[in-house]
Amino acid sequence: MTTKKQSLAYIISASSVGTLIEWYDFYIFGSLATVLSTKFFPTDNPTAAFLNTLATFAAGFVVRPFGALVFGRLGDLIGRKYTFMVTLMLMGGATFAIGLIPSYATIGAWAPILVLTLRLLQGLALGGEYGGAATYVAEHAPAERRGFFTSWIQTTATLGLVISLAVIMATRSSMSKEAFDDFGWRIPFLVSILMVLVSLLIRKNMEESPMFAKAKAEGNISKNPLKESFGNKLNLKYVLLALFGATMGQGLVWYTGQFYAQTFLLKICNLDDIQTNTILVIGLLLGTPLFVIFGALSDKIGRKGIMMAGMIIAVLSYRPIFDQMYKTVDVTNKTVVPGSEKMTLKGKTTTITKEYTDGSSYKNVITEVSPDKTESKISIKINEKDQWTLVGYVFFLISFVTMAYGPIAAFLVEMFPTKIRYTSMSLPYHIGNGVFGGLMPAIATFLVSNAQTAGVVQKPYLEGLNYPIALISVCVVIGIIYIKSAKKAA
Amino acid sequence: MNLIKRILGIVWIGLGIGAGIYLIYFQAVPLWAKGGNDLVPAIIYTFVLAPLISIGMSLFGFYALQGEFDTIL
Repeated sequence: MTTKKQSLAYIISASSVGTLIEWYDFYIFGSLATVLSTKFFPTDNPTAAFLNTLATFAAGFVVRPFGALVFGRLGDLIGRKYTFMVTLMLMGGATFAIGLIPSYATIGAWAPILVLTLRLLQGLALGGEYGGAATYVAEHAPAERRGFFTSWIQTTATLGLVISLAVIMATRSSMSKEAFDDFGWRIPFLVSILMVLVSLLIRKNMEESPMFAKAKAEGNISKNPLKESFGNKLNLKYVLLALFGATMGQGLVWYTGQFYAQTFLLKICNLDDIQTNTILVIGLLLGTPLFVIFGALSDKIGRKGIMMAGMIIAVLSYRPIFDQMYKTVDVTNKTVVPGSEKMTLKGKTTTITKEYTDGSSYKNVITEVSPDKTESKISIKINEKDQWTLVGYVFFLISFVTMAYGPIAAFLVEMFPTKIRYTSMSLPYHIGNGVFGGLMPAIATFLVSNAQTAGVVQKPYLEGLNYPIALISVCVVIGIIYIKSAKKAA
Repeated sequence: MNLIKRILGIVWIGLGIGAGIYLIYFQAVPLWAKGGNDLVPAIIYTFVLAPLISIGMSLFGFYALQGEFDTIL
């Protein structure tokens, strides 16, 4: 028994470390998007600017379901272990290569094209990795504790973001701003290769999943997983049910709580970027243990109830929570310290600063980019008490994420048979998370921007939430009515 | 319960078609006209979200209407 436990601990650690590194690789691109845009996508070139928007907000997410199909098929044909070794190498190679690409100033149009291509490879790799790791762990775990064991894989997505933010913040603080803008931004990309090599060494000694090995030995593996998964109505209906009754809502809860919260604070509330990342990192770290708690709880009381409860609470509380977050940062109703308002003019840049009686500060850097166009960059710093208030709100958002996301791997694994499991579970997962969830921050920011321009609603900053609230609500109705509420689906 | 599942199938088909029309005519078409960086959300609405929601949701609704979800394993 002890040996089995140790073996499971090793399996979970080895699988989780690799998945965590893949998430790290995927997130540093988004976290460094601002720097990347200046190096590879000059704004005076409309095509490059377009590619930038595409690469930053869409390509890596939209391509994930294709990775799920390609690598899911491989995983069901040749095995889980080898497939997620390949995805790990692909991700590590693509990330390392991004760190090596010469800038637009050196190689011109090739720079944005190469970055976009590598971003697509990252998305493909991620599309193949998660399903493999989740299936691998689930197929080793005892059925009655599958939720608990797979929940460790679920923590990796959040920890990957935390580590990416931590590495970027550490690199930034270890050098001057000029040095970081010059070459320092490449370090988080290059460091990835070391982490990938370590993970490959750990994973190299892992054995194939016992369920897949047994199926293979009995000649019971699929000859055409794609056809059996999606060309067969009996299985396709489960894929659709998994998508519209679970992963669509779960993906939106995840991306709203973890990523849109960051975008919202940074771009809509104009909170200082270091303060935003600090709040996010603390909130994420406090919330991460809940993945395991809800995963374990799903073994006792069932997956469906916890996931649906997380989605329902999220739908009901998003508007009040984001409204309070906005009001916590908003300085319009705060009192300016007399004499603190300053305006400095340097070249084409005007800087306005203000201090508030509650300890907040405001800075607006207005740059004249052309005779008839100016760009404004507002940055607000809040006091420590308000900072902790925001940590509390982020923690609440993350707790909904853990309810919806903690049990999802076990839920999906139990929905599909061994021989087409990798393919069948990966596609709804990556459509739900990559497409519906991954595009959420960009779509929501776009909706807020439109609402602010139109000026017809009272709180335009909350308009972005309409997209997740509508789709999560549909998902909850479908999930409650159509998904079986048994403790284990199969 | 099975009757509700089947009747709701019509709702899912309607929702899928309605969402597709909304996304293309009311969201994507004005963005295609604007061009520039607005082409990115236009592409997402037209080629990703609209087909995914309209085809996927309609197919789900069709299966529900046929009683495919009456017994779920």
